[in-house]
Amino acid sequence: MSKLIELKGISKSYDGEKILNSMNLYIRDREFITLLGPSGCGKTTTLRIIGGFESADEGELYFDGVEISNVPTYKRPVNTVFQKYALFPHLNVYENIAFPLRLKKIPEDSIREKVSEMLKMVALEGFENKSVSTLSGGQQQRVAIARALVSHPRVLLLDEPLGALDLKLRKDMQNELKRIQQSIGITFIYVTHDQEEALSMSDTIVVMADGEIQQIGTPTDIYNEPKNAFVADFIGESNIIDGIMLEDKKVRLAGHVFDCVDGGFEKNEPVDVVIRPEDIDVVPVDKGMLNGYVTSVTFKGVHYEIIVDIKGFKWMIQSTDYVSPDSIIGVYIEPDAFHIMKKSKYSGKFGDYSSYSDEIEELSNADAAEEF
Amino acid sequence: MKKHLQRLYLGLIFAILYIPIITLIFFSFNSENSTAVFAGFSLRWYKELFSSPETFIALRNSIILAVTSSVIATVIGTAAAEGIYRMRNKHFKSAILSVTNIPMMNPEIVTGMSMMLFFVAVAGILSVSYESIGFAAMLIAHVTFSLPYVILSVLPRINEFGDSLSEAAMDLGCTPMQAFFKVKLINIMPGVLSGALMAFTMSLDDFVISYFVGSSNFQTLPLLIYSMTKKKVTPDMYALSSLIIITIFILLLIYNYKSGKRIKKRRLIGGYKK
Repeated sequence: MSKLIELKGISKSYDGEKILNSMNLYIRDREFITLLGPSGCGKTTTLRIIGGFESADEGELYFDGVEISNVPTYKRPVNTVFQKYALFPHLNVYENIAFPLRLKKIPEDSIREKVSEMLKMVALEGFENKSVSTLSGGQQQRVAIARALVSHPRVLLLDEPLGALDLKLRKDMQNELKRIQQSIGITFIYVTHDQEEALSMSDTIVVMADGEIQQIGTPTDIYNEPKNAFVADFIGESNIIDGIMLEDKKVRLAGHVFDCVDGGFEKNEPVDVVIRPEDIDVVPVDKGMLNGYVTSVTFKGVHYEIIVDIKGFKWMIQSTDYVSPDSIIGVYIEPDAFHIMKKSKYSGKFGDYSSYSDEIEELSNADAAEEF
Repeated sequence: MKKHLQRLYLGLIFAILYIPIITLIFFSFNSENSTAVFAGFSLRWYKELFSSPETFIALRNSIILAVTSSVIATVIGTAAAEGIYRMRNKHFKSAILSVTNIPMMNPEIVTGMSMMLFFVAVAGILSVSYESIGFAAMLIAHVTFSLPYVILSVLPRINEFGDSLSEAAMDLGCTPMQAFFKVKLINIMPGVLSGALMAFTMSLDDFVISYFVGSSNFQTLPLLIYSMTKKKVTPDMYALSSLIIITIFILLLIYNYKSGKRIKKRRLIGGYKK
């Protein structure tokens, strides 16, 4: 697969604040790529620069090998699905989808054919003459997707397109989007702050924070081999513990030396160690590698979420077996459950569950959604 | 008791507002030239009104002026509102807004006088008589004082409309011009129309500024009525005023009906703001 879009050293500031810091990224043809990060990380700005709604302060943007940094929006072979749909309220469903075709002065019967083909693809046959204001959020989103795809762009940009939909609808639309992307075989560049959405849909995930790319990789790479504490914390749940790499395949943390499978660090190098909550087994105290005091247990349906205090650091464990709060348990960790990362500027900021509560988590998610 | 007082108060206000107008309309149908005795119903003064060439010319002038000045003010005002909306620098933006509002805040008599001085000077520089630039002077003056009303009526619509639909249009292949005319203008049209209507009525009934700027060869209706009061007001002026009142009443009805419908529609859409 060849490079379709390439960003070289793209920087952008607003009012003296750096939003994107010399960003380099290439996007392959026909790939489903997701820009993932918390609000304010620069993902939407990146998308807007590719779409031509913003121009970069520095750097170049290439499309199929040709520089398009100064090509206006309407000449780019890129279409966008906006977060708030941006359907034209004065036009009905048919005319909304026909809009880009009419600009190209395509004959009427060909327009009719293409529009009905699109309506079929997004499962909205029979909605031609409806006013867009009478449609539900999900239906409006489908119209927006049909309108963006009707003129066969090479790339579709999607700016948190499912942000305004409720959970059930969002899941359905995720599957739908993936199906559409595979059936028409074009590049999708998807922006979201929802890590689950990113993991389930993408071929490639670009994790961003503070205007910089933290990691690029497949969903499994990003989840299993996070590059730093930020990525480990942002994608899924993780315990991030300070450790010392004694030698290859030997790491010391919480006063215990563990076997692990990573290597290539210097002798006695301080590192961040990621252990996913589902990789920790609860065992009787005498069989445990470490012992800890259970501070809280929450039932989550599939598993229990157990917060354990091990030597002053709060770990999260996900287990299908119940343990009672205020008891002492042992934990057992397989060597391949350790993921060792080099220290970064995000070390020590994430991965401790001492102040953890579901309520706070939900509030901060709502805040993040609010900002868009 | 309280309710009765409320009604009485309301009734009194409406009476003071509308009894003079109703009296005027009533006596415009009087068959005699009297404001004391209603001798009988007739359309005599209406007939007289339309047989007087002077009134007719003044009416025609007023309408020509109101139409052209409101059209020009609407075009310039809409473009200005769009321009002001796009300004990035906040201080500059508010400065420009204040400057455009000056013709509205300034006492008309000052605006009128300063314009007269300006046009006299222009006529002097061009070395032509003041009369020969009469219509142009009047047109420029009327466009100037109705401009802020257009801007103030269009700008909130543009602010509400936001950038997202224009961006969507350009994304789908519109040039910025096409995006403005095919999408934005249609959606801010209610604001543009109400601005145009405002400009039209402002121009139609302006007296003070027209009094200073106007010349003898271009007389508008308010100027004519004023010059007649210096002699004696005849009931054909009542007839004329009645016609103006009815015209404005109809325009208001149309406008209110339209904006009423718009509010309903907007509730349905639930806002398309960014």
